[in-house]
Amino acid sequence: MGASTTQVATSESTEKKPKKSRFSLHTRRDKVVLALLLGIPAAIHVFFVWVPALLSIVLSFARWDGIGGVEAIEWVGVTNYEQIATIYPPFWPAVTHNFIWLGFFIFIATPFGMFLAVQLDKELKGSRFYQNAFYVPVVLSLALVGFIWQLIYSPEEGLINNLLGRTDPENLIDWLGNPSINLYMILIAASWRHVGYIMILYLAGLKGVDPTLKEAAAIDGATERQTFFHVVFPVLKPINLVILVITIIESLRAFDIVYVTNKGTNGLELLSTAVTNNIIGEASRVGFGSALAVILLLLSLGIIIPYLWRTFRADEKAA
Amino acid sequence: MTTTAPDTKDKVDTAQVRAKWRRRGLQTFLFITAMVWLVPLLWAVYTSLRPYSSTAENGYVSIGGEYNFQNYIDAFTQGEMFKYFVNTLIITVPAVIFTLLLASMAAFVLARFSFRFNLIMLMLFTAGNLLPQQVIITPLYRMYLEMPLPSWLAESGIFYDSYFGIIAIHIAFQMGFCTFVLSNYFKSLPPDLNEAAFVDGASVWRQYWNIIMPLARPPLAALAVLQFTWIYNDFFWALVLMVSGDKRPITSSLQNLSGTFFRNNNLIAAGSLLAAIPTLLVFVVLQRQFVKGLTLGSTKG
Repeated sequence: MGASTTQVATSESTEKKPKKSRFSLHTRRDKVVLALLLGIPAAIHVFFVWVPALLSIVLSFARWDGIGGVEAIEWVGVTNYEQIATIYPPFWPAVTHNFIWLGFFIFIATPFGMFLAVQLDKELKGSRFYQNAFYVPVVLSLALVGFIWQLIYSPEEGLINNLLGRTDPENLIDWLGNPSINLYMILIAASWRHVGYIMILYLAGLKGVDPTLKEAAAIDGATERQTFFHVVFPVLKPINLVILVITIIESLRAFDIVYVTNKGTNGLELLSTAVTNNIIGEASRVGFGSALAVILLLLSLGIIIPYLWRTFRADEKAA
Repeated sequence: MTTTAPDTKDKVDTAQVRAKWRRRGLQTFLFITAMVWLVPLLWAVYTSLRPYSSTAENGYVSIGGEYNFQNYIDAFTQGEMFKYFVNTLIITVPAVIFTLLLASMAAFVLARFSFRFNLIMLMLFTAGNLLPQQVIITPLYRMYLEMPLPSWLAESGIFYDSYFGIIAIHIAFQMGFCTFVLSNYFKSLPPDLNEAAFVDGASVWRQYWNIIMPLARPPLAALAVLQFTWIYNDFFWALVLMVSGDKRPITSSLQNLSGTFFRNNNLIAAGSLLAAIPTLLVFVVLQRQFVKGLTLGSTKG
């Protein structure tokens, strides 16, 4: 951090020198190279990510089944949004489920991951083993997590029902098929991975805390709990923020595990699956799918922009 | 001890005993939780080692009958998993290499030179990587159907349903995170490096390729491992942007595989574990790099 501060400072001071800025010292070839070094990656990123993001907004005001070229696009104003809010059955369940997902992660999975990190940071005997156990699921894809948990939830062959002795058709529990419980079952499976992810990030943050802080608190007679909440937690503010943002973004991104389970239907509707089902179903509804995507985009940017603004501005101020 | 020890000694003793018990309680809690955490994987391993006939006869929760690796052999051959692993390799290797190359280029310029738009550019890269994939998929899908590719690059003649298209979107999407991480790293390198090189008359390209890049080996290695895992694990791009099932990478084809195995849980378990092997290897062999890559983004080096 210190190094970066001085670096920015020097480059700024060189820039302010009258006329003789650093850039004028570069040869023309250097300038071209600089432009290409930044320009090529930027062009690729903008073209494949931001152009489609903007087109999502444009197309959300259109009706287009994708058949027939661009001429077949019919501009319909906000009709898509109106229909989404009023007559599109999966929409409100999807919004609700995304928020339940978010609530479950923020209030249960993420705090539990942080809690585990704090316990593991005490480096008790066997910490290494525990850490590994929590961390294995993090390398697996969420699609794979879905399959692995199907072996546990499956009604007749699954672990839980077999342990409970409820595998007969009359008394079996359909963990993933019953719309009043399946979302929570999926959330448990998704948390299996999320908790480990948060644990790794937070543990890295905890390792970076100056140990003398904790020692000082202990000398002052603070309990472990007090030390954590009054000393460590505030020091870790930047990491806490990263973890909060990751938790929110992961909740908005949730897709794979639900899609492999039942394609986001029957109690598992999500915004992400709603978008997808509008383009890879039989009827490709470009405008409608785009409008759903815009809602997801606004929710995401509502988190991303304030966060990045804060982070990068803080950096700039430090410089 | 009882005769000589004053009150304070007793107090210290009880405090120590308490701390000891608390420690033991924590140990027990962590042990049980860790065991619970391992159950899903161990259950998959156990199920995968038993022939279907054996579980059908004794039930899934049972001991006894045969144990062998036949499910793995069947899953691998019936599911034609070798093909999907090759597909994954075709996508993942170039995607990781070009993601790192392009991100390092952008990060070099953004971190080592001051432009007016540095901050905005960095925000653009980072924000792009944080977007849910579904936000851009609808127009991207249409764009992929319209954009031509020469036939030597793609059988389909367009970006859609081509390896090139999948690699391209991985690069574009992952580049954001890598640019963010690398630019933080480059900023932490001493500024004199540039100055000295500049005085020596080294061109910008030489500063990038011969001076900065060799110093960036540690974060590049960490990011390579992380990106390999993420791209390997991606389910979505190939699901939507590829129509030919037999071109898809392993993660996206899992669903077809489970269809092929027709609700034979023993085969599904074996197939899932086979698909997990490369990332489990990362876990065992390259754990350090993986964790470093993850935390580089959150702790800023």
